[in-house]
Amino acid sequence: MAPRTPADAFDVDALLADPTTGIVVCCGSGGVGKTTTAAALGVRAAEAGRRVVVLTIDPARRLAQSLGLTALDNTPRPVEGVGAEAGGSLDAMMLDMKRTFDEVVLAHSTPEKAQQILDNPFYQAVSSSFAGTQEYMAMEKLGQLRAQADADGTWDLVVVDTPPSRSALDFLDAPKRLGSFLDGRFIRLLMAPAKAGGRAYLKVFSVGANLAAATLSKVLGGQFLSDVQTFVAALDTMFGGFRERADVTYALLKEPSTAFVVVAAPERDALREAAYFVERLEAESMPLAGVVVNRMQQLAAPGLSGSRATAAAEQLEDRADDADAVGPSTGPTPALLRLHATLAEVAARHEARVRRFVATHPGVPVRTVPAAATDIHDLDGLREVGAALGG
Amino acid sequence: MAAPPLARVLDGVRLHVVTGKGGVGKTTVASALGLALARQGRRVLLVEVENRQGISQTFGVPPLGTDEVRLVQDPSGGELWGLSVEAKAALLEYLQTFYKLGRAGGALERMGVVDFATTIAPGVRDVLLTGKVYEAVGRTTGGKRGQGAHAWDAVVLDAPPTGRVGRFLGVNEQVAGLARMGPIHQQAESITRMLRSRRSLVHVVTLLEEMPVQETADAVAELSAAGFGLGAVVVNQVREPLLPDALIARLAQDPAGLEEQVRADLAAVGVRSGARTVGGLLAEAADHAARVALEHELGGEVRGLGLPTVTLPALTTGTDDGGVGVLADELHEQGVG
Repeated sequence: MAPRTPADAFDVDALLADPTTGIVVCCGSGGVGKTTTAAALGVRAAEAGRRVVVLTIDPARRLAQSLGLTALDNTPRPVEGVGAEAGGSLDAMMLDMKRTFDEVVLAHSTPEKAQQILDNPFYQAVSSSFAGTQEYMAMEKLGQLRAQADADGTWDLVVVDTPPSRSALDFLDAPKRLGSFLDGRFIRLLMAPAKAGGRAYLKVFSVGANLAAATLSKVLGGQFLSDVQTFVAALDTMFGGFRERADVTYALLKEPSTAFVVVAAPERDALREAAYFVERLEAESMPLAGVVVNRMQQLAAPGLSGSRATAAAEQLEDRADDADAVGPSTGPTPALLRLHATLAEVAARHEARVRRFVATHPGVPVRTVPAAATDIHDLDGLREVGAALGG
Repeated sequence: MAAPPLARVLDGVRLHVVTGKGGVGKTTVASALGLALARQGRRVLLVEVENRQGISQTFGVPPLGTDEVRLVQDPSGGELWGLSVEAKAALLEYLQTFYKLGRAGGALERMGVVDFATTIAPGVRDVLLTGKVYEAVGRTTGGKRGQGAHAWDAVVLDAPPTGRVGRFLGVNEQVAGLARMGPIHQQAESITRMLRSRRSLVHVVTLLEEMPVQETADAVAELSAAGFGLGAVVVNQVREPLLPDALIARLAQDPAGLEEQVRADLAAVGVRSGARTVGGLLAEAADHAARVALEHELGGEVRGLGLPTVTLPALTTGTDDGGVGVLADELHEQGVG
């Protein structure tokens, strides 16, 4: 049941069929159905013959189970029964950010050094709680999957879900933020004594640096500072700069083989977030494929207007009232008509919001997806969403 | 497992922490709770910590800053004030209060130390944010902490979402591995004592949807294991059932008879009564019934948590047009105040 799309329809099937599409990034604010969209795109692409891996961040438990994601082992696992007939395949994984961070550490340093970092309390806190780590690690994992896909040809399409942040922009900004802080001035100062060229630099700032270090020691305790120093020094030698690493992934996102799919719901806040994101992608010349608006209220009896339904309900109630002086016995029809009128009002509101979005963002392809009556948590449900996305 | 009545649970509570999955209306519920308490003649401080300016948007006032601002003056004599706590400002204020830093504060800021401490150093940020709440809860009109009457009868905290709230409130564990001594460490211990006392409760807001209910159950388990007192589960945006139960039952039992009756009714009032319209109306009803059944099941899961449950209606106009006031009245009727 393809809904009317107001302007340029977003041709999702063409995007998925295009062999040059190598990465699809689903982004949007929290609670708009990003994960479901990512999973549905994965299923649809696999059943069109692509060899797909889907990276999900925080799926609902039953959705995860439907993809066979019962273990959080940070490795893609095949989803049975998807795509084989068309020569495609679907693998899925759930991101474990701490583990991804640990793996990066292990891959880039000697075993002793790695252990030193993994044991550092500062590392443990940053890797499990810093408010940008999840975004950073999602990008890191994306880079890894892409590299593996290029190296051994296991996959020809990577679909990523993005972390459930308040703002869609966090996905683009958080990795740089983490990178620039770990690369930041104060951290450089902390490390400066350990570096050959650092002494002169430190000297210039020595008054400020000493004051800063002394204050932090006083407030946080001396151990804190030395933990930080150990951590930063260890990381720096193995990474060659967090910022550079973030820049590399950022560049990957700018390649023409990447397609951003902005996911929204027909609510004011979600569409505003989508608008910010679309504008940002345009400003950074990043490849926006289109916008998906989930959860559109659909009418199964679209020919009957809401006002007509309300009027008919009143008419029936009047008749019942005339016929039966004892009490209202109106039968089922007025209730059904009033339900229809309520749904029609919601549907009209949703359509108006999407129209407004389209009017303010001409040329951005939009696709609407009907709301499902209940939550989606099996492959058939994902196929239905996929059909609504494509179709 | 019968839940205790809400009024009894809330008796004597001075700090209300409100959490919930993102998008469930946490800020609206926290605002309504603050307003409900203020309408009972109390002096209430409503605090947000993620700098989202949700409170100022809800009450239609200019963005909140580091000063407490009066949002509502109630005829009962109660007052609702708002505050947006921001980690950087809190750190500078903290350093100023305890170390008389003066110009050095600016130097720290320029060096990136403030950014570093409030953004990267985990736990420190949360100690600073909860520290402001701690200060407000304990503030008295006398010269020292503990002397005179409480400055605030109640403090309502619009806390981080369920995914992060355990960590946010568990400041002590967070800093334990980092700042093993010193003022931050001591501060964290005092805050933890307050948060775990019976004068503090955490309320969890949810919707009758799968993910929010799942996260609510997870948060309730996590928070109670961590020793925090739990207050109510607030089921937000509940829609009135649009179809009577009897009709829903008949939809499943006698679809053919129902279809016939609807067709006849529509024809009688001159509305199109073709198969598409009649079938469409029944399909819409079936979808609605499925949604109601799911909400019913999820409602059962929520009640199974054994906490008092509060139900708030969906506001068709959002929180504009006095919507928060409507919710505050609902809360009062269900035992708040």
